[in-house]
Amino acid sequence: MRFVLTTRYGQDVDVFRHGGERFWYALLGLVVLAAPWVVSPYNVGELALVFIWAIAGIGLMLLVGYTGLVSLGHAAFFAIGAYSHAILLGYGVPFVVSVPIAVALTAGVGALVGIPALRMTGVYLAVATLAFERIVAFTIEHSDPLTGGLRGMAVEQPSFFGLSIVNDQLFYYLCLGVLVVGLFGAKNLLRSPTGRAFVAVRDSEISAESMGVHLARTKTTAFAVSAGFTGLAGTLFAHKAGYLAPDAFTVQTSIQLLLLVVVGGLGSLHGVVFGAIFVGYLPQALAVARDVLPAAIGQIPGLELGVFGAILVLFLVFEPLGIYGRWLKIRAWFDEFPLYRRATHKRQKSYLRTERVH
Amino acid sequence: MSEVLQLLLSGLSQGCVYGLIALGFVMVYKATEMLNFAQGELMMVGAFVAFTVINLMGLPFVFGVPLTLVAMVAFGMGLERGVLRPMIGEPPFAVLMLTIGLGFVLRAVAGAIWGNEPRTLDVPFAGDVVNLGRIVLGVENLVVIAGTAVLCIALWLFFRYSRIGVAMQAASQNQLAAYYSGVPVKRITSLVWGISAAISATAGMLVAPIALIDPNMGLVGIKAFAAAIVGGFGSLPGAIVGGLVIGVAEQFAGRYLPAGAGEVSAFAILLIMLFVRPEGIFASLQQKKV
Repeated sequence: MRFVLTTRYGQDVDVFRHGGERFWYALLGLVVLAAPWVVSPYNVGELALVFIWAIAGIGLMLLVGYTGLVSLGHAAFFAIGAYSHAILLGYGVPFVVSVPIAVALTAGVGALVGIPALRMTGVYLAVATLAFERIVAFTIEHSDPLTGGLRGMAVEQPSFFGLSIVNDQLFYYLCLGVLVVGLFGAKNLLRSPTGRAFVAVRDSEISAESMGVHLARTKTTAFAVSAGFTGLAGTLFAHKAGYLAPDAFTVQTSIQLLLLVVVGGLGSLHGVVFGAIFVGYLPQALAVARDVLPAAIGQIPGLELGVFGAILVLFLVFEPLGIYGRWLKIRAWFDEFPLYRRATHKRQKSYLRTERVH
Repeated sequence: MSEVLQLLLSGLSQGCVYGLIALGFVMVYKATEMLNFAQGELMMVGAFVAFTVINLMGLPFVFGVPLTLVAMVAFGMGLERGVLRPMIGEPPFAVLMLTIGLGFVLRAVAGAIWGNEPRTLDVPFAGDVVNLGRIVLGVENLVVIAGTAVLCIALWLFFRYSRIGVAMQAASQNQLAAYYSGVPVKRITSLVWGISAAISATAGMLVAPIALIDPNMGLVGIKAFAAAIVGGFGSLPGAIVGGLVIGVAEQFAGRYLPAGAGEVSAFAILLIMLFVRPEGIFASLQQKKV
């Protein structure tokens, strides 16, 4: 077990706690930087998609994992980001201007959704965001001149340094760069007073309020930041897809995002990356499994969603902390060997609200 | 005029279905504070069980219906015992996600067992109509309304007069206090899930002659949530009224507003309701904040 002796203030505010961590992250950085030259072009594209999932996941993780607000409508923010970016590009706005505008717009809509969210939590919020998602989808389908309606719209693909954005390697590095900046930004946000307020609101609204956290402002900020990240992922997705149609942004997308944060591990940024890899690669793993399995099982229609659901159920029942939580336990086992005790990670049960003291 | 009545009637019968699903949803919520997003899927499973019993096994309708209900009570209780009970005490979000996952699993399993092509349930009154002057009423629609009314009265009597019903009310008001007074809370919770599954199955059987049975029919469950919230969450009559409001509004919006408006009107009403009167039409006396 490693005990870090803090001797300088700088160590306290450092992103990495000790040299070992720095070494492993540097190694990881080298691997992802080298990946486009090693793996096949198809996989480069898939990895870029995983990064996009992860960026959207950061948004939802901030909201669900850190602020404790549930949203079933994040597909709407994803769609707003993607469509507004594509529409702006269509009017000839340059890429570097269009992305910030699209993100700001999505964040603004997120803040608007956040306002009624102040009065509701739990089921109200979940259903309200779901309703919001359906209404956004309806608006997109019926705004033919702007969005192409049900037919969809093609996305302009700008060029950088003589390379089109659809170039696999360029797009990979673009997504990677945005993801790294996003993760770094989210990590720092969570260490700021705002981020600490998020966590305080999640753990107990009443205590947070008593400690001087402005509930309304905090929740609205959380919604806006969350929507902004998801919208940013949407702008990248627009280029990845090349063609936007309403059926790419459904309730299922929202649920996939929730699956991402739950399976990755609620309340951890590492979890976002694990979850994104999981959500990005599960369909392919299933495609492989379909070929191996006997036809009677492999050809079930809707198998993919069923497996998604089953994995979600299994994780919630057996490992609610997700992949990252499991990793922490494995690491603790090695750290504390032979003194590891299961009870260290025992889950705490909470009472029904009616029996809790308000 | 006759068109308005026609729309009103089909709206009411559709609304009854939403209301029944919402009823099952609210019952579970009141008893356990769990949000069952798989309620619509329970309706789908109920409809398929009825289809199996009546169409495939050839039992007469009058025997098939009770058999389906009994099977669904058992299914609901099994679900509670196997999947939901370990989740007691977990944060509400985890339960919500769990039931969403459960809904996906049920849909895939139903697709695997019964296939994805739409089926029809054989009912004795299929296609019959009643002529009232210039208004033509489908018997199926009337059966839905009548069935809902009968079920509501039965449930009201059950909660008002039966020992178990009163125990359920006690458990939903305060689990701990009920437990101290000797109410077997765990068994009651199981039973609540069973009854709620049976109510959803009733909705499934009632709607089967109008809509077709297929694994995705449970998606109307989403509108049932809207109904539950519009009606006032945690109020049983509110669930039915909310369902009726949404069912009727949907029919009229579908007829008089641009295409597709019917589909989203439920959500629009929900959002307006949340802004204007978040506690719903029938605010439950005992405020249980969610």
